[in-house]
Amino acid sequence: MTIKIENLNAYYGALQAVADVSLTIQECAVTALIGASGCGKSTLLRCINRMHEIIPGALVSGVVRLNETNLYEPQADPVAVRARVGMVFQRPNPFPTMSIAENVLAGFRLRGERLSKTESQETVEHALSAANLWSEVKDRLKSPGTGLSGGQQQRLCIARALASRPDVLLMDEPCSALDPASTGAIEELLGELRLAHTVVIVTHNLSQAMRVADQVAFMATTSAANGGHLVEYGSSTQMFDHPAQSATQDYIAGRFG
Amino acid sequence: MPLKQFGRELLVIDVLAPSDTVRSSGARHENAPHLSEVYPPGAPQLRQASHRDVLRIFSVVAAVVTLLLLGGVVVFLAIEGAPALAGTSENLPAGASSIWALAGPLLFGSLWASALAIAVAAPLGIGVALFSVLVMRGALGRWLGTAIDVLAAVPSVVYGLWGLMVVAPQTVRIYNWLATHLGWIPFFAGQPSTTGRTICTAALVLAIMILPIVSSVSREAIRLVPSSSIEGAQALGATRQEMIRRVVLPEARSGIMAGIMLALGRALGETMAVAMVLSATPFLVSFRLLSSQNPGTVAAYIAQNYPEAHGLEVNALVWLGLLLFAVTFVVSFFARLVVRRSSGGSR
Repeated sequence: MTIKIENLNAYYGALQAVADVSLTIQECAVTALIGASGCGKSTLLRCINRMHEIIPGALVSGVVRLNETNLYEPQADPVAVRARVGMVFQRPNPFPTMSIAENVLAGFRLRGERLSKTESQETVEHALSAANLWSEVKDRLKSPGTGLSGGQQQRLCIARALASRPDVLLMDEPCSALDPASTGAIEELLGELRLAHTVVIVTHNLSQAMRVADQVAFMATTSAANGGHLVEYGSSTQMFDHPAQSATQDYIAGRFG
Repeated sequence: MPLKQFGRELLVIDVLAPSDTVRSSGARHENAPHLSEVYPPGAPQLRQASHRDVLRIFSVVAAVVTLLLLGGVVVFLAIEGAPALAGTSENLPAGASSIWALAGPLLFGSLWASALAIAVAAPLGIGVALFSVLVMRGALGRWLGTAIDVLAAVPSVVYGLWGLMVVAPQTVRIYNWLATHLGWIPFFAGQPSTTGRTICTAALVLAIMILPIVSSVSREAIRLVPSSSIEGAQALGATRQEMIRRVVLPEARSGIMAGIMLALGRALGETMAVAMVLSATPFLVSFRLLSSQNPGTVAAYIAQNYPEAHGLEVNALVWLGLLLFAVTFVVSFFARLVVRRSSGGSR
């Protein structure tokens, strides 16, 4: 599913976080958003599933199209948009009152969708397998999701997002709270997910972006009040080997600031 | 002070001292364990040590005194109340055939009125808490929370007056309507009271009194639900209603239960408002809400009958007090059990 972002502006009250970003994200690929802290990349990500506007005072203008549907057209329901777009957060957040299996099915339960017993079992197995977690948890599906290790919890959250068969998977620094081994497992998983999913990932880790991303978008901000704009966007090899902009070059070489 | 004990005192100080002291002193313990070097006599730590002694003695004394008081109350109630066990209709209050014949209906009344009050206050209190934390997150929500908390500061005698002079007369019409149209429900059966001083009115007044307890404890419990859970639910496409039902309430459940149990304890012991509002009939056990014949409550009964009690009647009232104490204790014990059970697995 292609994501077309056109002239997107996002605000927190009077403060602009994203300034006039236009960007077309390819389907069945991993696109990384990189840039210094506060450059608006997480905000941009949260505009793709309309999560930005849950913060009081937050405002978005512009267009985000999934294939041809504009998520921000007046009659669009933000709740329905979020059901189509999966999201994985910085810190693993499995629901503490739910078991592993219940966590995977949480999306259906939360939307009030009923699944038959076999459907549930298939969904749980399918989603956990897709998140490379099935073999590790298949014998304890009824134990609490918070009993898993941090890396497993994050993969559980990925499985939870995948269970609803989202059109797009958004990941907001999914590895920043994880140890290197768990990070490796998630990166490996991203390599498999890209075959069938459109993935957008925010990361501070440039080598991670280099390892997992097909496309890279670099965002920057001139001052805190201006909001982040898109500096350069291209394939991973182009961005890391021959960046066109000097700002991109500086950032990648660690000479920003 | 022997050196060994001295050393332990200093360790206690380390734990309680600001974190930078703890870190540096931890390193010192590894490298230079000799205490006299680390804490030379006359150093500020010594003065701290004596301060800690004072603090420790004070806290131990406070703990012991509290326990003694609690134990003393129980012993007093048991000793002063025990003679009533041998009482007969000759010398017990209201001509009761035994202390149990008197206590049973009153304990029923206490539990019944409290249960009714909880049935009203719990949904209302949780609703207010949800509203002020999740729905109206701004100033209005805070203002509402504060306004409800202020209800806790109103003296119970004021609630009693309000219940007697406002709620009771105003609800008579409602009770008549309920009895006429919903009289087939056993709770509403029978001739409704003409004064409105029913167990239903008493429970309503109690409900308002315990509402701030339920709502403030629930509010804190709901506030403690991590925003990551709330965001996670929203990102999965949950409506606010589903998010509250499936994520927020389950995660806040143990805290909310604790609030309800705390409120139940308060309702069981409430004396003044019930004594003023409720028109009680001795020895009555009835589930009817609107009747002029109502079971009394233990606390109100003691308060109303103590001034004119003499002889064994006094012992009987004391024994009633002990029973109420025991029931409240059992309730709070079960409350803890429930809280522990429902918090198992989470956190």
